[in-house]
Order: sequence, then structure tokens, then C-alpha cells
Amino acid sequence: MKTIKHMSALLVLLVLSAFAPVKDTGGYKVGDIATDFKLKNVDGKMVSLKDYKDAKGYIVIFTCNTCPYAVAYEDRIIDLDKKYAAKGYPVVAIMPNNVKVKPADNLDAMKVRAEEKGFTFPYLIDADQTIYPQYGATKTPHVFVLQKTKKGNEVKYIGAIDDNFEDPSAVNTKYVENAVDALLEDKAIKETETKAIGCSIKV
Amino acid sequence: MSCKESAKKTEALVEEAPVVETEVVKETSDLKVYNFTEIEPLLHKTGDKIYVVNFWATWCAPCVKELPYFEKITEDYANKDVEVLLVSLDFSKQYETKLIPFIKTHQLKSEVVALNDPDSNAWIPKVDPEWSGSIPATIIYKGNTRKFFEKSFTYEELQTEINQFLN
Repeated sequence: MKTIKHMSALLVLLVLSAFAPVKDTGGYKVGDIATDFKLKNVDGKMVSLKDYKDAKGYIVIFTCNTCPYAVAYEDRIIDLDKKYAAKGYPVVAIMPNNVKVKPADNLDAMKVRAEEKGFTFPYLIDADQTIYPQYGATKTPHVFVLQKTKKGNEVKYIGAIDDNFEDPSAVNTKYVENAVDALLEDKAIKETETKAIGCSIKV
Repeated sequence: MSCKESAKKTEALVEEAPVVETEVVKETSDLKVYNFTEIEPLLHKTGDKIYVVNFWATWCAPCVKELPYFEKITEDYANKDVEVLLVSLDFSKQYETKLIPFIKTHQLKSEVVALNDPDSNAWIPKVDPEWSGSIPATIIYKGNTRKFFEKSFTYEELQTEINQFLN
């Protein structure tokens, strides 16, 4: 009888989780410790966060070739790396889409795009699609600023790069820059979470 | 009509006033372009109708895939007081080159409006606090009852959700 009760409880849980809204799929909140990974870069080498011995943290950006929003931000992502890699916060870009759904996001296409744009940072593929769900990325582009701490890589900021995807010259607030600047100056981050439109990650 | 015209815009929020005509910022050909303040009343209409509001863009493959299902709702539920509104998030510089041609080629029957408001961090939570910002996203509402979905639909799924609003 007990087992039956347990089983029905399990069934209820299963049914509930099947209808759970998006918010319950997990993902990190500010303050959580983010997982490291070992993902293939466009140069064929495997990259992990722990490879960056001197980093103070990371600007992890889920992005891709095919999303117009991601493309609109490419130059600004390059600028972020140019500005902050030397200060200890390099950009690490991860392409989370299922390449069967989006062939133009496959590793060869990523390689071409990285060369065309002159990416100064690793452009990794989440080939098994196991990393983006742990972070809780839902779209491209989606940024996670991490700070290296004794506990691990702590999530300090989640969200958008800035407040105007369409026109870089009309940007009022540079969310990611503000967050990293605050970390570098050991100050509190004013806006730790922001929202932006993006392309859903293709599964 | 004349007194409504003189009424302040904020009053249009609580009335079932024809806010559409008075609040258009810019018309590109036949396309109605709004900022969020102007589109917000369309997400909170009162009355007995069921409103289905879909956020999409021509460049969003899953959005384009499910668009025919919303069109089919417009057709199949025409006599059931269900109204579909397609809110395009296309880039403003592509209204003429992409969005308007798309609407014409596909002969969209549902109402299409464009939302042009780059400061999405300000308005995404007002659409729904749970929305992370990916599209497609859909609201189904009737009066004060509403459901928000950050997902793609099949026609059957869409029907099931809408049918729950049909008493």
C-alpha cells in the first residue's frame, strides 16, 4: 500500500512537472554557483572556465549565428571582450542551439562567422545541449556575468547587454559593462537582472 | 466619438474605446506601429471576448511555423468571440523590406501591429513577470483571467488553451 501511495505521489509529481511553466525549468539566480564546462571551440580545442588561471571572472554569453538579435550584438560582444579581457573578465561565447534545427549554427558555420567577425574570444558549441539548461539560458543573446570566488564561479548578473538592441548609438544603459565595472571596483551591482527580447534556443 | 476624442489617453485604458485609431504613432503603409505604452491597452481589453496576443517576428522560425495556427483560430473561432492580435517584434528598419511584404504574401487575416520599443527591459515584465524575453510568446486572456506562454504551439495545443476560456 505504501509503495502504491509513493507511486501515485510520484505520478502526481510527474504530471505536475509535465505542465510546469517555463519558470520552473530551473537555471541560475544571482548568487548561485555556476557550473564549469568543457566545450569545443571553433579552433577544435576544448575550453573550460578553469583554463583561465588569471581571470577574475567571466562574461558568459549564449549567442549564435542565426538570431538577428545575436547578430545585432556581435560587435558589442567583441567590444566587451576587448575592454574587459585584459581587466580579468574575458568573454566566453556559447552557441546553444540544436544544429539539426539550425544547420547555419553548426561548428563549421560558427568557425566561418568567428573568422569573418574576428572574434577575440572562444566561441564554443554546447553540442549536447547540457550546459545552457543548467545556466537557465532561454534565448540568444543571454548573458551571465560570473565572478571567481572561493566557493566557485558566482553568478553576479543575468540578462541583456544593454537597453537598445537596434541602435548602439541610442543605448542609455550598458547593463553588462555596469555590472563588470562594479565588480572590478568592488561595489554593488545596481541592476543584477534585466530582460530582453531574443530568439528562443532551438531544441 | 467626439467626447472620446477629447478624453485623455489614460481614460482609454479603462474604456473599451477605439484606442487603435487615436494612438497610432506612425503608419508605415498599412502597418500600425506602437511603443509599449500605446500597445499596453490592447493587452488589457475589457469585455467578454477572448483575446489571443502572439508576439512574433518574420525572422523567428518557430514563430513563422505557428503563425498559420493563429490564423486558423481567427477563421475557426470567428463566431466565438475570439480575437487574435499578432504583435510583430521585427526590427523597425525591416518593416518595409520584411514585415509588410510578409503580411501581404501570406495574406494574414488576423490583425498585425508592430511594437517598436527598444527598451525591452522596461516593458517585458509588464507583459508578464515570468517572460524571459524569448519569442514566440503568447497571452490568452478574457477579462481578468489570463494565461501566458513562452513556447511554441501546435494547433491542437492552442485550441485546448482557448477552449478553456470558452465557457
